[in-house]
Amino acid sequence: MDKAVWDIGYLVASILFIMGLKKLGHPRTAPTGNLYGALGMLVAVVVTIAQMDFGLTNNFTLIIAGLAIGGLIGYYMAVKVEMTGMPEMVALFNGFGGAASALVAASEVFRRINENDLPEGLELHVAWIAIGLSALVGWVTLTGSLLAMMKLKGGVEIFGTWYRTPTWGPEWLNYVKGLVLISIIGLLYMTIEEPGNQDYVIAIIALSSILGILFVLPIGGADMPVVVSLLNSLSGIAAAFTGFIIGNNVLIIAGSMVGAAGLILTNIMCKAMNRQLIDVLFKSFGGSDKEQVTRTKVGSDPEEVAMVCDGISKCVIIPGYGMAVSQCQHQVREFADILEANGCEVKYGIHPVAGRMPGHMNVLLAEASVPYEKLIEMDDINSEMAECDVAIVVGANDTVNPAARSGEGPLAGMPIIDADKAGVVVIVKRSLSVGYAGVDNDLFYEDKTMMLFGDGKQMMTELVSSMKEL
Amino acid sequence: MELITLIGAITVFILAIFLGFELITKVPPTLHTPLMSGANAISGITIVGALIFSNTDFNEGNPGVAAWLAFFALILATINVVGGFAVTNRMLNMIAGKRGGK
Repeated sequence: MDKAVWDIGYLVASILFIMGLKKLGHPRTAPTGNLYGALGMLVAVVVTIAQMDFGLTNNFTLIIAGLAIGGLIGYYMAVKVEMTGMPEMVALFNGFGGAASALVAASEVFRRINENDLPEGLELHVAWIAIGLSALVGWVTLTGSLLAMMKLKGGVEIFGTWYRTPTWGPEWLNYVKGLVLISIIGLLYMTIEEPGNQDYVIAIIALSSILGILFVLPIGGADMPVVVSLLNSLSGIAAAFTGFIIGNNVLIIAGSMVGAAGLILTNIMCKAMNRQLIDVLFKSFGGSDKEQVTRTKVGSDPEEVAMVCDGISKCVIIPGYGMAVSQCQHQVREFADILEANGCEVKYGIHPVAGRMPGHMNVLLAEASVPYEKLIEMDDINSEMAECDVAIVVGANDTVNPAARSGEGPLAGMPIIDADKAGVVVIVKRSLSVGYAGVDNDLFYEDKTMMLFGDGKQMMTELVSSMKEL
Repeated sequence: MELITLIGAITVFILAIFLGFELITKVPPTLHTPLMSGANAISGITIVGALIFSNTDFNEGNPGVAAWLAFFALILATINVVGGFAVTNRMLNMIAGKRGGK
C-alpha cells in the first residue's frame, strides 16, 4: 500500500482540530470540542507511529517511553494544579510547546550538519528558513513564557530567599530588541550562505532566547493575560514552521490556526483593557513610578458591613485578583448564599481583565459552584449598578477605579465596572495601596465606601459569621 | 522539496490562518481560559515532528546530539499535549458541573 494513504489520517486529524476549536468557543459544546481536539491528536500520533520503519535498534520502546514520561508528567501537573495557579500552568505549557518545536528544528539542523547531508537549491532555502523561524519563534516562546510565568507568580524562591520578578524597560530597550531581531535575521541569511556552519545556528538559538526575555521584561503583571495569549499564538506559529521542516500539512494547519485564534483572543483582551497591542508590548506600564498614597481612610469591621447588608434587595459582587490570591471564592459564595436566603438578589460583575488571565474569575467562581447565569459581563452589569444597594469589591482595584473615566493618567479610557454608582460600596482589600496601574483610587475615600482591611479569606469568613449572628 | 509542494504548503498555511480568524469570533469570557489552554494543547501537534525525528535519528545507530534533542522534544511536546487537554477538560467539567446543578 502506498504510504501516502496514511496521510488521509492526518486529514482526519486536521478536521477534528478545526471542529474542536470551533466547538471550544461555545459554552454548551466546549467539552465536546476539547474531546475532538484530543482525539485529533491521538489520530495524528497513531498515524505517525504506524508508518514508521523501526530499524535494527528497538526504537519502538524508546518512543513509547518518551510518550509515557511526557504523558505522566503532563497528566500529573494537570491534575495537581490549583485553579488559582491556572494562568501559570497555561504559560508553562505554552513554553513547552514552543520549546518542542524549537528542539525539533535544532535536531534536524544538527543531524544534517553532522552527517554532511546538506540540501541544495530551493530545498536548502525552504529547510533553513523554516528551521531558523521555528527556532526563533520557539525559543522566544519558551523564555518569554517562563518569564511570564514568574511574573504571574510574582517572584521566585531561590534557596529560601524570595526574589520579586522585575519589570524593567526604558525606552531604549525597544531599539535593543529591534537590533537583536535584525541580527537574528542576518544570521539566518548567513546560515543559508554557509549551511554547514553550526555556530550560526547556536547564535540564533542564544539570541532568540534573549529576545524572549527582553520582550516580556518590560510588561507589567497586569498585562500578562495579553502576553500569555500572544505567546499561545506564537507557539502555534512555531508548530506551523516545524510543519514546513518535515513537510507535514497537519502541523501547518493546526499550528497556523492556533496562531490566528490566539491573535483574536489577544485582541479581545486588549479591547477589554482599551489598550492597543502595540502599547502593551512596547510601552512599559505599571510597576514603576507609582503614585504615593497620601490620604487615609478609616477601616470598617465585618459587623458593620453585615448590618448594612441586612435586608438589602440587590447586591453585586465584583471580584478581582485579590480573590484569586486569598482563594476566598468559597467564602464569597457562602456570603452570597446567606444574602439570597434573605431574599436579596445577588449577581457577580466580572470585568474582562479581572485576575491575571482571560476568564480567570469565571473559572474560580465555577470552582465554588456559582451558577453560570449569575456571572454578568461588564457592560450588562453597569446598566444595573444604579439599582444596586451594595457593591462588594473583593480584591479588585484598577477595574473599579473612577479615574479611568477622567481621560488622564495610565488608566485613561479603560472601561470599568461602575461600582461607585451603587448605594454602598464595600471594599475588601489589604490596604489602600495602588493597583497595577499605579493610580490612587478615589473610590476608596468616598463617604459611602466601607473598607474592610485584611486578607480576603479571613475578612469574608468573618463577614459570613457576622451575617449568621444577625 | 519541489516548488509545487512548497507552494501547496504555503497555500495551506495562509488558508489555515484565515480559518483560525473565522473560527474564533465571539467567545464568552467564561471560556477564555479553557479556549486558550485547549488551543495550546492543539499547538502541541509538533509532537508529530518529534516522533518522526526520534525514530529516524535513533535508527541510524550511534545516536548523537540530534537524536537526543528530538527525544527531549518528544517529552516536552507530550507534556504539552496531555497536560493541556487534561487541564482543559478539568476546567470545562467544573463549568458544566455547576450548570447541571442549578
